[in-house]
Amino acid sequence: MVESAAAEAIAPLFAIGDRVRVRKQHPPGHVRTPHYCRGHVGVVLRLCGAFPNPEELAYKRNGLPAQPLYRVRFASRELWTDYIGGANDVVEIEIYQHWLEPAA
Amino acid sequence: MNKAEDSEGSAGYYRRMQSAVEELLVLRGILTPEGIEEQVAAMDSRTYKSGAKVVARAWVDAAYKARLLDDPRTAVAELGFSVGPMHLIVIENTPTVHNVVVCTLCSCYPRMLLGVPPHWYKSREYRSRVVREPRAVLAEFGCELPTGIDIRVHDSTADMRYMVLPLRPAGTAGLGEAALAELVTRDCLVGVGLAACPTSSG
Repeated sequence: MVESAAAEAIAPLFAIGDRVRVRKQHPPGHVRTPHYCRGHVGVVLRLCGAFPNPEELAYKRNGLPAQPLYRVRFASRELWTDYIGGANDVVEIEIYQHWLEPAA
Repeated sequence: MNKAEDSEGSAGYYRRMQSAVEELLVLRGILTPEGIEEQVAAMDSRTYKSGAKVVARAWVDAAYKARLLDDPRTAVAELGFSVGPMHLIVIENTPTVHNVVVCTLCSCYPRMLLGVPPHWYKSREYRSRVVREPRAVLAEFGCELPTGIDIRVHDSTADMRYMVLPLRPAGTAGLGEAALAELVTRDCLVGVGLAACPTSSG
């Protein structure tokens, strides 16, 4: 599965340090993007590789072409305006490329 | 159902569904009862002691620690542990940064190194609150952080699994690797606790 996923992977659109916004969408099904980060802006920390899309795997499809998966860092104060804690506190989330768009 | 199970009261929907699916898989010859027992036993036999050994080695061997942070799969294999198909990321606590792990969507957890997740890890309470008010949640675990420490919450939402490399406690210079491993608790591998020196914790 991993080998075929690598062979049929979508090319990464984002690089480490890029600012990205999580799409503010609410599709039904097996979605691995938490609601609390949708619509918010973070910074790409690392590319984790490409993996079959879990939204497709959940319906017994092969999930290919594989989606690049990123670790994205969000400032906790960006996620919650009433956040109680340090200005440098962050939440890091794994997000698939089709959920991300470039942010200014 | 034996008598002991009867006294537990009636099974809920999911327990009955699980039993039905299990029986069907056995009837169709896809699984055997022995095979299921073996898998359950294998799952139960894994504990956080594996993760503790990895941490103790990293505390005594700087080159190993560098390899562990750079390539966790290969580094844990050096100690005889396999992460299987799991993609492991080891995150290092420092004097200025504290890391804590959650899966807000379900209960993703590095079982190969930490065993079965504790009940609280799967609770809605922990999953919903630790991303939003980590300091308050950590305090409820008895994990009081000095002021000025930055908190990084790692939400294990997809294909990676996370283990925290805690800070080596002060006052442990004389301890060997095996004794150090004894100081590493499950909680500090998830990030809701700190490794403590035996003398400082009483």
